Amino acid sequence: MRKVLLATCLGTMAASAASVAIANDELTKMAQNPKDWVMPAGDYANTRYSKLNQITAANVGKLQVAWTFSTGVLRGHEGGPLIIGNMMYVHTPFPNKVYAMDLSQDNKIVWKYEPKQDPNVIPVMCCDTVNRGVAYADGKIFLHQADTTLVALDAKTGKEVWTVKNGDPGKGATGTSSPLVVKDKVLIGISGGEFGVQCHMTAYDLKTGKLAWRAFSEGPDDQIMVDPEKTTALGKPVGKDSSIKTWQGDQWKIGGGCTWGWTSYDPELNLVYYGSGNPSTWNPKQRPGDNKWSMTIFARDADTGMAKWVYQMTPHDEWDYDGVNEMILSDQQMNGQNRKLLTHFDRNGLAYTMDRVTGELLVAEKYDPKVNWTTGVDMNKSSPTYGRPKVVDQYSTEKQGEDVNTKGVCPAALGTKDQQPGAYSPDTQLFYVPTNHVCMDYEPFKVNYTAGQPYVGATLSMYPPPGETHMGNFIAWDNKTGKIVWSNKEQFSVWSGALATAGGVVFYGTLEGYLKAVDAKTGKELYKFKTPSGIIGNVTTYENNGRQYIAVLSGVGGWAGIGLAAGLTDPTAGLGAVGGYAALTNYTALGGALTVFALPQ
Amino acid sequence: MASSMRRSFLKSHVEDKLLRHIWSVIATIVVVASGNTSFAENAGDPKAVKSEDGKYLDKEGNPTFNVSADGTIDWYTYSGYRRYHSECHVCHGPDGMGSTYAPALKDSLKTMSYGDFLGVVASGRKNVSTSQESVMPAFGDNTNVACYMDDLYVYLRARANDAVGRVRPGKREEKPAAYTEAESACMGKPH
Repeated sequence: MRKVLLATCLGTMAASAASVAIANDELTKMAQNPKDWVMPAGDYANTRYSKLNQITAANVGKLQVAWTFSTGVLRGHEGGPLIIGNMMYVHTPFPNKVYAMDLSQDNKIVWKYEPKQDPNVIPVMCCDTVNRGVAYADGKIFLHQADTTLVALDAKTGKEVWTVKNGDPGKGATGTSSPLVVKDKVLIGISGGEFGVQCHMTAYDLKTGKLAWRAFSEGPDDQIMVDPEKTTALGKPVGKDSSIKTWQGDQWKIGGGCTWGWTSYDPELNLVYYGSGNPSTWNPKQRPGDNKWSMTIFARDADTGMAKWVYQMTPHDEWDYDGVNEMILSDQQMNGQNRKLLTHFDRNGLAYTMDRVTGELLVAEKYDPKVNWTTGVDMNKSSPTYGRPKVVDQYSTEKQGEDVNTKGVCPAALGTKDQQPGAYSPDTQLFYVPTNHVCMDYEPFKVNYTAGQPYVGATLSMYPPPGETHMGNFIAWDNKTGKIVWSNKEQFSVWSGALATAGGVVFYGTLEGYLKAVDAKTGKELYKFKTPSGIIGNVTTYENNGRQYIAVLSGVGGWAGIGLAAGLTDPTAGLGAVGGYAALTNYTALGGALTVFALPQ
Repeated sequence: MASSMRRSFLKSHVEDKLLRHIWSVIATIVVVASGNTSFAENAGDPKAVKSEDGKYLDKEGNPTFNVSADGTIDWYTYSGYRRYHSECHVCHGPDGMGSTYAPALKDSLKTMSYGDFLGVVASGRKNVSTSQESVMPAFGDNTNVACYMDDLYVYLRARANDAVGRVRPGKREEKPAAYTEAESACMGKPH
């Protein structure tokens, strides 16, 4: 009898292991086909690199618009479409429509999905009603709605297969991020750092939507899914209560640490990587301690959710430098050794190169020379402050205190880069990074917590760095040396995700609405075209019927649409740089549209 | 868990006195707002005719800004600047200039009355159609806003009348003692 049971047991295990392997293989295999764009970042490593090479540095100047599509939605359009075979899936900001179009039938709309959502979620979204795109696996399209509903749609028909609610918008939790499917699970983060949400990364079963694991960014060890002995930070075990002992009282319950950025995955190591956001409130005086594990890079086991290693970049945040930006995974040689690397361009203005197996910190350097809140990270392994940024008192809003206006902090709360993802080309071994070039004054003051209401506690004003006339740069970065290789000035922040290609061309969009193509080696501008609205979407490429296409969503908005719409400062204030301070509204207006480019036939 | 958490927060930060204060603010708002629902109504002459404990009032008795001959601004305008850029600017843009998705309040306050302003801030407002999804949340039970309604109104009224520019207000009057007391009571701070 026992034998029979054991055999059945083993049989079930084998069967489930096999189906897991199939689901995993499907996506991994699909991502290797450069004709498709099967996940938001192009691949699990978040490189946003395509092997397609029909469009090259030599011919990109001849690029033309092949076709366009209006999404019928205004407001900020982040993310980009998926392309799988002849099908393209286009998403929109709230109300979160999804269009499935057949590229072989003149882009005919095969199905359209529009969820019913309570519009009261709109004002709970901190920075416009953006959405960063859908995911695909197992014949389903996964949509993360503004109201935190995760819905699985039949990719052929658009019919709902299952839905699950990931959080409570009544308490300020919202959905903006894109899901990532890993094996038999759909991983999804959550937004609400300006509303005191205790944020988490959650995995749901691919087939049913049943919750598999949920790991909070702050809280007791079981809630944050760390093993005090086995989970490490910079090579050492994190120890018991690593999070709650860095918060005063129960503040971790409204601690933020939101997970609204991008997630990447290493199939060999079976680890997922993502970052957590700012601790709530923005007033550092009100939350003494390091506020772990806000502002942290997490490496978690994809099956169990347990953290393998963590690294907190900005302990006790004083400037709203969320750590949610993407983790780009690359295999490179460093000092003669093959290393599995993770490269991350943080809001705090530092670019980190880490060993993604162990969480060892290899490089931490400023990727905008104007960054001034820190003199750099302590890289001395025997130092008690190893791995911590050295904070400059003059720019410390904690040191300056409540009701004091700390002036001239660079970068601004927007960060040297926000969520707009960079790209990595294995051909040049360079990272292509859209950046902000903006500084700020920051005055924290006391605020009270009310559930579902903003919990901010600081007054900000932003402006370009003193003496500068531009507010953005598009840079090429060497992650091994921590140095900028080339840098192109942009009048406004670059709020669009980059694309690198085997054709030696790198693409990105600008807030005025230009799609730009530059030489991957030199940064020389090779082509630009002004699309119907400002671009905060990510550039995508695919091949259909033998032709390579470049696609990008226009639709100005997002956080960039808050300040830059009217101009950051008064253009008549006599600062002598009118061009640089001009308002974005002089260049573009609202409107969601997809523009698709190709070479003339 | 969340609602009990909220209760414990209210308990630790808010005393009965505060609750009474908020309720009286909300009650006033409801009365003022219900008697005055037209948004086209004129915002009235912003000229200050008197001052009570550092708060300037126009001839209708509504709060207003005051800029002295030497450029010194009243406390409420300054405080409103600060609160605006914490609570409001994430939708309405820096300095009341508007954003890609919310109106410029420096223009709205040219025609909006004091009563309408209080009503919209406390109760919220919706304008959802196929081409537009504008939703203003209700801030009535958020002490970070409800305790500073007059400050926000005075600052935005000053912006609407070009009395202060797109800069952080410079020279200002001291925080009035009566203001400090009322603020502490409303925010539930020890004093």
